[in-house]
Amino acid sequence: MPQQYRLILKNIDAPGYTNDLDCYVRHGGYEALKKAFEMGPRVSPDGGTVSGPEKIRKTVLESGLRGRGGAGFSAGLKWSFVDRKSGKPIYLICNADESEPGTFKDRQIIYKDPHQLIEGMIISCYANDVHLAYIYIRGEFPEGARILKRALAEAKAKNLLGKKILGSDYDLEIYIHRGAGAYICGEETGLIESLEGKRAYPRIKPPYFPAILGLYMCPTIVNNVETLCHVRHIVNMGGADYAKLGTPNNTGTRIVSLSGQVKKPGYYEIEVGKVTIGELINHENFGGGLLDGRKLKAIIPGGSSAKVFKAGEKFKLKKKGADGQMTTVEVDMLDLPYDFDSLQAAGSMSGSSAIIVMDDSVDIVEALANLSEFYAHESCGQCTPCREGSLWMSKALHRMTHGEGRKQDADYLLNIAQNIQGRTICAFGEACSWPVLSFVKKFKDEFEAKGAADESRNKVAATSKVTIAASPQR
Amino acid sequence: MSFTIPIELEAELNELVTHYPQKRSASLMFLHAIQEHFGYISKEAMEWTAAKLELSPINIYELVTFYPMFRQEPAGKYQIKVCRTLSCALAGSGKLHKHFCEKFGLDSHAHGVQTSKDGEFSVEFVECLASCGTGPVMMCNEDFYEAVSNSKADEILQTCK
Repeated sequence: MPQQYRLILKNIDAPGYTNDLDCYVRHGGYEALKKAFEMGPRVSPDGGTVSGPEKIRKTVLESGLRGRGGAGFSAGLKWSFVDRKSGKPIYLICNADESEPGTFKDRQIIYKDPHQLIEGMIISCYANDVHLAYIYIRGEFPEGARILKRALAEAKAKNLLGKKILGSDYDLEIYIHRGAGAYICGEETGLIESLEGKRAYPRIKPPYFPAILGLYMCPTIVNNVETLCHVRHIVNMGGADYAKLGTPNNTGTRIVSLSGQVKKPGYYEIEVGKVTIGELINHENFGGGLLDGRKLKAIIPGGSSAKVFKAGEKFKLKKKGADGQMTTVEVDMLDLPYDFDSLQAAGSMSGSSAIIVMDDSVDIVEALANLSEFYAHESCGQCTPCREGSLWMSKALHRMTHGEGRKQDADYLLNIAQNIQGRTICAFGEACSWPVLSFVKKFKDEFEAKGAADESRNKVAATSKVTIAASPQR
Repeated sequence: MSFTIPIELEAELNELVTHYPQKRSASLMFLHAIQEHFGYISKEAMEWTAAKLELSPINIYELVTFYPMFRQEPAGKYQIKVCRTLSCALAGSGKLHKHFCEKFGLDSHAHGVQTSKDGEFSVEFVECLASCGTGPVMMCNEDFYEAVSNSKADEILQTCK
C-alpha cells in the first residue's frame, strides 16, 4: 500500500510539537551536528588525510541527494564545484524564497520546525568551511522571518552559532535576509544580486557560476530549505543508508505539495519514486481522489513551470527488466513513479515537487491565462524575448478569455513561446514558455475552438453593428 | 532634507548593516523597516537610505520600483492581499477578491492596489503566497489566512478595528 515516509516531516504536525529549541532538542535535535563535529580526520585508502568536513561532503555525495528546489541537481556535486583554493571566503545561502506556484513545502519547515533547517545549515556550512551564511526568505513570509530570527537567537544563546561552536574551533553566523515579492529571486544568481542589494537580475553563466563567482564575487553555495534539512538526516543515517531510501538515482524522501481539485490537498512526504502520480492523486493516504462526479483533465506535475500532463497521456519509457535488459514500456501518465528521472523522461519535470490537479470543470484556456499573467508579472525584464514575450502571451490569452479570441491564436502563442525558450540569461525563459507550449500543444482543439467561436460570433456582431464592449486591458 | 527617523529605528538599521560585508546589501532590509514604520517609502526616505548606505539615490529608487512589495504611496490601514495564482484561482480567489472589492466600492477588474475612500482598507491581487493546498488564501497586513470563504472574509474584517 502506498504510504507516506516522514523523515523531514517526522515531528511536524505531531501533537504537542512546537517550533522552539527545547522541543527540538527533546526530539533528538542537534545530535547530527554533534556527530558532524566528531567526524575527525581519518586516513583515506590512498594514504592521504580526509578532514571531518571533507568526510561530510563525501557522505552527502554518496547519499545521492538531489536538490529539492527545482533543478534536481546533485547536491554533493554542487558542493564539489566550490572553488576552495581562491583564498576568498565561501558563503552559503539558504534559498527560502519558495515562490513556484503550487509549492508550499518549505513553508511547513520554516514555520513549524525552523531548527531542523538551522541544524542542516550549520552542518552544511561546517562541511564547506563557511563562516557567514544567509537565509533568503520571501517577503510574504513575515511571520516565518520572525520565527527564524527567534530560532537563530535561541541557537546562538546555546552556542550552536557564533564563536567556537560547542567548544570546537568553528565560528559561524547566520542572518535573515528578506525578499520583497519578486519570484525571480528564487533563481540562484538573481537571489545573489538581490542579497547584494540590487535588482534581482540573474547573472549569465558562464562566467558567474555561484560556486566560483557568487555572492560578492566569492564562491557561494545556494541550497533549498528542504535540501539543507536532508543533510542533517544524511549525517545521522550515513550516506549509504540514506541512499537506500527512494529508488536508484532518485534517493531519499521528498515532500510533495498537492493542490487543485482533489479531496485532500496537502503536503505529503514520500520515498522518491515509490509512489505514482495516480496514487498521489487518488489513494486515500494522499489526495483521496477527485471531487465527486468529476473526471481528471490535466495535471501540472512539478510546479507551474513544468509541462502539463493531459489525462490519458501515455509515455514510452525505457525500463530495466529483471534480466537486466533494457526494454521499452508504455506507461500511462498516472502510473509514472513520482521521481526526478521518470518525469523528465516523460517530457516534463518534478521541479519543486508540486502537483496541481485540474478536473473537467476547468477551462484550460483560462488556466493557462492565469499562469501566463503570473509570468508576465514576474519577468525581471532583463532579456527582451522574455520581457516582451511573456507579456504578449499574457495579452493574447487575456483576449481569449474575454471573448476576443482568434482561431490562429493557438499558433501565435506557440510561435512566441518557441522564440523565448533558450534565448534568455536564466531559466525563466523556459519557465514562462513551457506551460504555453505544453498547454497549447496538448489541448490545441480547445484553444482553436474557443478562438474560432469568438471570431464567428464577433463577425456576426460586427455586421449587425452591435458594439462589443472592449475588454479591460492590463 | 526634512526626513527624520526615530532613534530606535535608526539603531535597528545600524545593527542590520553589521550583518553584511558590504553596506549595499542592507538596502532591502532597510526598505522593509522603513515601510513598516511609515507605511510607504517616500522620496526623502529613499534619499536618506542612499546616503546612509553610501549609495546614489537611483540605487534605492531602482529597488522600490522593482520589488512589488514596496510602496511609494501610502495604502490603507488594513492591506488585504488575495492570492491570484492558479491553485487559489481554482479554489475561488476571484470570488473572494470581488467580495472585498464590492464591500469597499472598488473595481474588481482594475489592476494593482486600490484603497477605500476612507483610507481604511486596501485590496489587491498578489501572486502565489505558497499555501496552494489551502486556497483561497490571503493576507491582512502581516496576518495570513487560509481557506477563506466570503463569510470567513467578513469575520476577518470584523477584527480590523
